[in-house]
Amino acid sequence: MDDTDDLGKAIEAWEAEVEKSLAKRPERKASFETGSGAPVKRLYTPLDSGGACRGAKAYAERIGLPGEYPYTRGVQSTMYRGRLWTMRQYAGFGGAEESNARYKYLLSQGQTGLSIAFDLPTQIGYDSDHPLSAGEVGKVGVAIDSLADMEVLFSGIPLDKVSTSMTINAPAAVLLAMYVAVAEKQGVPPKALEGTIQNDILKEYVARGTYIFPPAASMRLITDVFAYCAEAIPDWNTISISGYHIREAGSTASQEVAFTLADGIAYVKAAVEAGLDVDGFGPRLSFFFNAYNDLFEEVAKFRAARRLWARIMRERFGARNPKSWMMRFHAQTGGSTLTAQQPDNNVVRVTLQALAAVLGGTQSLHTNSRDEALALPTEASVRIALRTQQIIAYESGTAETPDPLAGSYYVESLTDRIEEEASVYLKKIDEMGGAVCAIEEGYVQREIQDAAYAYQRQIESGERVVVGLNRFQAEEGRPEGLLKLDPAIGERQCAALGELRARRDEVRVRAALRAIDATARGDANLMQPILEAVRSYATLGEICDALRAVFGEYRPSACF
Amino acid sequence: MDRKIRVLVAKPGLDGHDRGAKVVARAMRDAGMEVIYTGLRQTPEQIVQAAVQEDVDVVALSILSGAHMQLFPRVMRLLAEKGADDLLVVAGGVIPEDDIPFLKEKGIAAVFGPGTPTREAIDFIEANLKAR
Repeated sequence: MDDTDDLGKAIEAWEAEVEKSLAKRPERKASFETGSGAPVKRLYTPLDSGGACRGAKAYAERIGLPGEYPYTRGVQSTMYRGRLWTMRQYAGFGGAEESNARYKYLLSQGQTGLSIAFDLPTQIGYDSDHPLSAGEVGKVGVAIDSLADMEVLFSGIPLDKVSTSMTINAPAAVLLAMYVAVAEKQGVPPKALEGTIQNDILKEYVARGTYIFPPAASMRLITDVFAYCAEAIPDWNTISISGYHIREAGSTASQEVAFTLADGIAYVKAAVEAGLDVDGFGPRLSFFFNAYNDLFEEVAKFRAARRLWARIMRERFGARNPKSWMMRFHAQTGGSTLTAQQPDNNVVRVTLQALAAVLGGTQSLHTNSRDEALALPTEASVRIALRTQQIIAYESGTAETPDPLAGSYYVESLTDRIEEEASVYLKKIDEMGGAVCAIEEGYVQREIQDAAYAYQRQIESGERVVVGLNRFQAEEGRPEGLLKLDPAIGERQCAALGELRARRDEVRVRAALRAIDATARGDANLMQPILEAVRSYATLGEICDALRAVFGEYRPSACF
Repeated sequence: MDRKIRVLVAKPGLDGHDRGAKVVARAMRDAGMEVIYTGLRQTPEQIVQAAVQEDVDVVALSILSGAHMQLFPRVMRLLAEKGADDLLVVAGGVIPEDDIPFLKEKGIAAVFGPGTPTREAIDFIEANLKAR
């Protein structure tokens, strides 16, 4: 205790000296803040750093060792000394052939996992020839109408040799079934498959917008996937509970953690209520976070999220398997931080954000490309983004020891702060009846919108500097060499659909769709009838229509 | 006579990115305009119907999915069919510069790209309504 008192006195004296010197050498600003607006003090010392520097007991409780509860320092004991994170670039556009060529290119460049971007009609369960699909087919991702497209998408890519992440939510069960069916055709059994489906509907309601069904039906589809995978595809990540889009929608770092974990709690509760064993599905839950601009705050965010989730799973849900306590996550650099102005500067932003994800112990990473504020990225831009990860991995030295920023007085203090702020939100959401209620009441959306508006006002007042946008601007020519999509993709996709419907076994398709209807009305697992429908070449739109007829559709209220 | 400017902020197409639309809507409201937000996934028909029903002066379209070349001209044609082609229509989102001349030809008064200060869009609307 005496040591602490002495240090306290020394700091007081130091502050007094600094205050005196400020008259002559003032600080740049009256107050300093993190990227999320949390106050930053002039100095951090052992007195601020939570448990880190206050003895072995506090250290063990709050920080611990890598690969050990509460996993503040990472989920593996050797982290990147054992294996580097998976370098996984989100990609997909046009038709299945074009995307297949991009995946093969990325794999040839040293990428270690696939990440599939689907177009909006696919994500919302409409076929390419649906009236609402007009203009959207193949635009923000690849168009998949049936198993036939999926076969082309993965042609020449052995599914027992890659891990594949699919950003698909409302119709996640259907796309997972297609992936399993493609594997069967390749002679790969489901048990050998590795990958992730996003399957996180709650953040779609608040931040991303590709919902189809109302919450209760959506939660049932999600827990059906949990149950199916536990048996059939034990190494599959059944959900990727996503803060990424919450942050993109404008939240702060603490809100990103809080709202993501609140969603996670809702899924675990739903699965337990559906009769599943928490240690049966718990180890396959995964997460997805943003890597934003403030390097230290972001590192602290990842550390705080791991610590919180470990405690939630162990203390609240009584999970006994350490794998259920571990928060494994994917990270992507912050798309909304990219500027259309001086786009090459984005390479530097992405580097810093990727560094935060690595210092924060991510399991896989997507680095954005410099031209993404303007268009889908070109091959050249994607290559730089992938090389950025490789330079961090092989040249920067950050991958050589786990959690290298642990014990930084500042980072430990930020970790504690984010944990506390997120805990306050979690308590409030619990009191509202959980994440589903908080979302239905619009609470989560309002909190995010308020933060987004405050952020924009800071940019417009100049209080928040964005290089090239509101400071250090330059005259620029038109951006050159952007990726242009084939405008005929919509017609091609519709023509192929027509041919498919003409050649498939219509009797088998109708029977499969009737089985989906019947199963949806009861409470048996939907995965088997969906698999049969997929194998019969029923289209995604037909399968989702069968579910819409039973479940209805989500109708949000529009507020701002 | 000093009626507030009425704006419909609309999200045509299927994309769910409405951070920008909501921020712009709020900035317009703070600037004294009356703002109606359609919410996501509006068809051109729904947008035009809302614009006519709400008797707005301005339609502000936001899109990030790349479907603007199909959807914006359709909005303009339907507005003309309803005799509402005197409305000021502006747009924002991720819209390549190469596409802007075509959209202007179809009657979109201005296209605001990423990073545009909300004040700039608001000033544009105020100046262009006054000029009419």
